[in-house]
Amino acid sequence: MAAVAMKLRKTIFSATVVRGVVSIVSLLVLWEVGSRLHFLFLASVPAPSEVLSSLDKIIRNGKFWNDWLASYWRVAEGFIAAQIIGVPLGLAMAMNRNFYNFVFSPLEVLRPIPPLAWVPTAIIFWPTTELSIAFVIFLGAFFTVVLNVLGGARNIDERMLRAAASFGSRKSDIFWKIILPSTLPSIFTGMAVGMGITWEVVVAAEMIAGKSGLGYLTWASYVGGNYPQIIVGMISIGIAGYLSSALIRFIGKKATPWQRQQ
Amino acid sequence: MWLGITDLCVLEIAQAITEGAISIRNVSKIYDPEGVNVLAVDNCSIDIAPGEFCVIVGPSGCGKTTLLNAIAGFHNITHGEILLDGKAICTPTYTAAPGSERIVVFQNGALFPWSTILDNVAFGPIVQGTATKREAEEAAHRLLAELGLPDIADRYPNELSSGMRRRVEIARALINSPKVLLLDEPFRAMDALTKGVAQEFLLQVFDRVRKTIFFITHDLEEALFLADHILVMTTRPGRIKCALKVDLPRPRTFHVRASKRYLELKTEIFAAVREEAAKAFAAGERELA
Repeated sequence: MAAVAMKLRKTIFSATVVRGVVSIVSLLVLWEVGSRLHFLFLASVPAPSEVLSSLDKIIRNGKFWNDWLASYWRVAEGFIAAQIIGVPLGLAMAMNRNFYNFVFSPLEVLRPIPPLAWVPTAIIFWPTTELSIAFVIFLGAFFTVVLNVLGGARNIDERMLRAAASFGSRKSDIFWKIILPSTLPSIFTGMAVGMGITWEVVVAAEMIAGKSGLGYLTWASYVGGNYPQIIVGMISIGIAGYLSSALIRFIGKKATPWQRQQ
Repeated sequence: MWLGITDLCVLEIAQAITEGAISIRNVSKIYDPEGVNVLAVDNCSIDIAPGEFCVIVGPSGCGKTTLLNAIAGFHNITHGEILLDGKAICTPTYTAAPGSERIVVFQNGALFPWSTILDNVAFGPIVQGTATKREAEEAAHRLLAELGLPDIADRYPNELSSGMRRRVEIARALINSPKVLLLDEPFRAMDALTKGVAQEFLLQVFDRVRKTIFFITHDLEEALFLADHILVMTTRPGRIKCALKVDLPRPRTFHVRASKRYLELKTEIFAAVREEAAKAFAAGERELA
C-alpha cells in the first residue's frame, strides 16, 4: 500500500509533470492578463475566466451533452463501418493477387480526394444529413484502414508462413493463426490513425452541414457571437478526440499482449 | 545439468532408427530472377542414413539453404530427385507439400511472436488434428519440462533469451515426431558462449531421440562438434567438394573439442573449407542471410 502511494506520489510530483503544469498555468495566466489588458490580438479573444463561466453555463443547460453524444455517435458509425469494410477488404487484397489488381486502381483514384470534398456529393446522394456525415467520416477512416492492413499483411515474415506450412497447416489455419495475428498490430495502427482523421472530419462536416454535435456547437457559437463558447467547443473536441484515441490504444494493447515493452 | 532429463522420459528412447533416410541424387537448381539464370546448386548427390547427423558446411551463398528448402518442399529443383525413405519428395515436376515429417528450424528463429510458448509448441499437433487442444497442451508442457523449460509456457517469445527460444523451437519441431529435422544455421545469431551451450543441448536431444538431422552451418568447429558426417560445399554454384566421416564417440561434451582425434579431423577438413571461403571472399559473394 505504501509502495503504491509512493509510486503515485512520484508520478504526480515528478519533475516532468510539475514542469508541465507550471508551464501551462503560466500560459493561462499570461492569456488572462493579456486579454483583460486588451493586449494586441488578445483583445478580441475571450479570457480563460470567461471561458470557464461559459462552460459552467453550458453544462447547466444540458444540451451540451447532446452535442457530445451526437458527435460520438457519428464517429462511432463511420469508424466502425470503415473497420468492418476496410479490414476484410485489405486482407482480401493482400491474399489474392487478382482481387488486388481489380480493386487497386479505383481505390487509388478515389483516395486523393479529401473526405471533406465529398460533403456536397454525400448530401446529394444520401437521404439524410446524418447518413451523409457518417459517409464522409467513413471515407476518412476507410482509406487509412485499408492501407495499413495491406501493409501489415504483406509484410508478414516469410519464415512464419514456411514454419506453419512445415507443420502441415491448412489454408484456413494459415489465415486465422498466422496472417491475422501477424496483421493485428497494423490493424490497430490503422485504427489509431483513422480515429484522428475521423474527428477532424466530423468536426468539419458538422460545421458545414450539421445541426448538432461539438463541431456544430463551435461554429454556431461563432455565428451567434458567443465567443467564449467557441473555446469551450474547441477544448471539448480535443478532449473527446483524445478519449477515443485512448480507448483504441487501450483495446489495441489488450489485443496484442505480445507487444508489451520490455 | 540443465536438460534435466529424468527417468520419466516423454521422448522416445534412442532405438534402431529405420526411418528418415534421405537421398539426394544429381540435384541441380537454377534460379531465374529477371531472366538471368543462376545455377545455385550443381549436381549434388548426398546419401543420409536414418538417424544420422549430417552437416553441410560451406561459405555463405553456396546453395546450402537451397538444398534444405528443396528437401523441405519450399521449392522444386531443376534436375535430379530427392527421396525420403525411397519416396520421391522433390523432382523437377513434383514437390511434396511441406509436412511434419520433415520440419525446419530456421535461422533467427521463427517462433510465432503473437502466441505464447505453450501455443507455439502445441501448434503442430493441433493444426494437423492429431491431438485435441488439451492433449497437445499437456504434451507440450511435458516436453518443455523434459527440455528444462518448465516455467515459460505462458510467456511470449520476445520475453525469452535467444538460447531459450532455440530450445522452444526444437521442442516445437520434436513434438510432431518428424522423421527428419532440417536446421538452417539455427545458432547463427547467438553469441559464441550461448552457441556452445545450445550445441550441447542439441546433442543431448539427439542422443535421446535419434532423428535424421540435416544441419547447415558455416562454422567448421560447430560442424565437427555435432556431426556424424560432414559435407563441404563449394561456393556458387554449389557442388559437394568432399565428405568426411566424424568418428568421435557419443555422447559428446565440449571436452571433445580438445581431443586429439578432433584436431586431426579438423586439420583434414580445414584446408578444403578454407579454400572455398577464400574463393567466396574473392568473388565478393553477397551474404544471403
